[in-house]
Amino acid sequence: MTAPGRSKLPVVQPGAQSRRQFLRTAAGGTAAAALGACGIEDLVRSHIHELSKEDLNRIIARLEKKYSETYGKSVTVATNAAMPGVEFGYGLDLSRCIGCRRCVYACVKENNQSRRNPQIQWIRVLEMEKERGVDLVHADPYYQAELVPRPGHFYMPVQCQQCRHPPCTKVCPVKATWSEPDGIVVIDYDWCIGCRCCTAACPYGARKFNWAEPQLPSEEMNPVTHYLGNRPRMRGVVEKCTFCIQRSRVGRYPACVEICPVGARKFGNLLDPKSEIREVMDRKRVFVFKEDLATEPRFYYFYAT
Amino acid sequence: MGFLRFLQGSGKLLIRGNRAYWLWVGALLVAIAIGLAGYAKQYRVGLIATNMRDQITWAFYVGNFTFLVGVAAAAVLLVVPAYVYQWKPLKEVVVLGELLAISALTMCLLFILVDMGRPDRLLHILPIPGIGTPNWPRSLLAWDALVLNLYLAVNLVVAAHVLYKQFQGQPYNKKLFVPLVLLSIPMAVGIHTVTAFLYNGMAARPYWNASILAPRFIASAFCSGPAVLLILFQILRKTTGLEIKDEAFFKIAELMAYAMFFNLFLLGAELFKEYYSSTEHLLYTRYYWQGIGEHKALVPFAWLALGCSVASFLLFLIPATRRNWVTLNIGAVLIWAGVYIEKGMGLVVPGMTPDTLGEIYEYTPTANEWMVALGVFGVGFLVFTVLVKIAVPILQGTFSAASSGPAPGLTR
Repeated sequence: MTAPGRSKLPVVQPGAQSRRQFLRTAAGGTAAAALGACGIEDLVRSHIHELSKEDLNRIIARLEKKYSETYGKSVTVATNAAMPGVEFGYGLDLSRCIGCRRCVYACVKENNQSRRNPQIQWIRVLEMEKERGVDLVHADPYYQAELVPRPGHFYMPVQCQQCRHPPCTKVCPVKATWSEPDGIVVIDYDWCIGCRCCTAACPYGARKFNWAEPQLPSEEMNPVTHYLGNRPRMRGVVEKCTFCIQRSRVGRYPACVEICPVGARKFGNLLDPKSEIREVMDRKRVFVFKEDLATEPRFYYFYAT
Repeated sequence: MGFLRFLQGSGKLLIRGNRAYWLWVGALLVAIAIGLAGYAKQYRVGLIATNMRDQITWAFYVGNFTFLVGVAAAAVLLVVPAYVYQWKPLKEVVVLGELLAISALTMCLLFILVDMGRPDRLLHILPIPGIGTPNWPRSLLAWDALVLNLYLAVNLVVAAHVLYKQFQGQPYNKKLFVPLVLLSIPMAVGIHTVTAFLYNGMAARPYWNASILAPRFIASAFCSGPAVLLILFQILRKTTGLEIKDEAFFKIAELMAYAMFFNLFLLGAELFKEYYSSTEHLLYTRYYWQGIGEHKALVPFAWLALGCSVASFLLFLIPATRRNWVTLNIGAVLIWAGVYIEKGMGLVVPGMTPDTLGEIYEYTPTANEWMVALGVFGVGFLVFTVLVKIAVPILQGTFSAASSGPAPGLTR
């Protein structure tokens, strides 16, 4: 088991980056400022990349206030940008994974997913038959077992593969989702129109739609949030794994990496030759899921033993 | 002043009608009320009111949308044979085709609206700086929104111009009319191609990711669109005395037989490829035609649709049945049913069953989805009824600025 520690990720320094970096352009976006009133402002504000720094700060302050009131605790909404020289990569050791689904629930807890009616999970663990290898037709995501791993089976967790050529961002009609410079594919929940083109286009079932009002009890709410990550979502929008952007951008492991009891999950900076993920790629043979679709994931599977 | 009289006269036309007219309008209003009730619930609780889930994120609404894009496209494509064969009431055919396209597009846009998770953010699609950010040129849905609205605008302009000029007793402006009608023909092909590409471009869904999809869309649209007009023209001919020769009907039916042949041929080509090569991509086709294990919800519909299509093809191919009004109308209804299944649920649901990770979630619409769909169809048919009720007297010259009002006794 790998001990979780900040030192494992050499590239990132904790602390908020300037919001300016987060904004690709600072021009335009005065419509929201002109109107002022809260409800209206939500409706007519500009795309996040067109907002001025002041407008963005105002929106973030309002969100923090709203969430803090709703959940009865001090909620922060970070906007720190991708760090220069960082491109995140993920490794998953299929020979180690035991299918315990601790990652699934650590993710739900960390990322403020809806807890019930319906519960939303960003990681889906598929139970597969060893005889068949990676075969989706016979994969079972709903396995119920007293003890895992079950004989004759292996387990393949699937979550957002953070593709280099994401089919999901291409189809979005309103630019509500995009790839960040550090490779994380994000969604602006306040811009998504809920058309679900992206859920149709994703080959990995990684995108989840809020079919109903998300149910997030105050006591279970994680108050440390990022605008593009685990801040509370609303009904009618799509959400997905962001490599725990609120953690990874301040030098922490994603929750799923941290919780994994067998160390099957590896994470790090692809641009750093000494990183954990590069170590895996150098020493093991990695493969990507659905390679024929040329999505070029930043999520690598491998068999370590 | 002229316009005021036009509105006044139109209003009078709409409130005059026989019992059948009022029964029809009443039924449509009931349908719309049911739809509103359904949508009110969906708006309150979210799309959980439907049976769509993360495994099948598009379904009944989007299926209806796709079918209706075909109707909208084909209604105008009928202009081509009308022109080639020099039908006498060419202008009438053009205008009525356009009115049908307007109604079908209204329903298309409504089906997209009711399918949206956040209809309140509709403005984000507008190409207005500071308001919306359409993802051109990469997103096909952004393109679809553009071409559908342009097509709607072109049809509105042409139909309104022709009708209003005729109402005023003036000749319509040929410099406006002819280029726009000519433009609407490639646009009709365009809206359906873009809609096909919306599915076609998704490599994650092998059932849609076949280059045969757009040609199949066009072929089936050439069947379903004219089927509506075939029945409509008969009704109008009976109730209003609009002059359309029998030969025109038979010609449409003949063209539909060719279109249906082509449609069936493309289907056969696709089935051959899937079953003969028998790769993992066969799964979706198999789900539709045979079912997978105990999951067989669509199988009866698949075969029903095929039966309807083949039967109507034969009815329209054989001259004797094509020229018999009973069999002609049966054929038109069968074509409608066949294409409705094939291009609606038969396209969308197998595309997503099993889902991208192999899970099978069997979708059937909820009662609430049926209610909302009923409401959308109600709106579309009402729009069409209103437009035809005003347009036909104008085309016949009984409703014009010169006459003091609509001619008495004109009913539909």
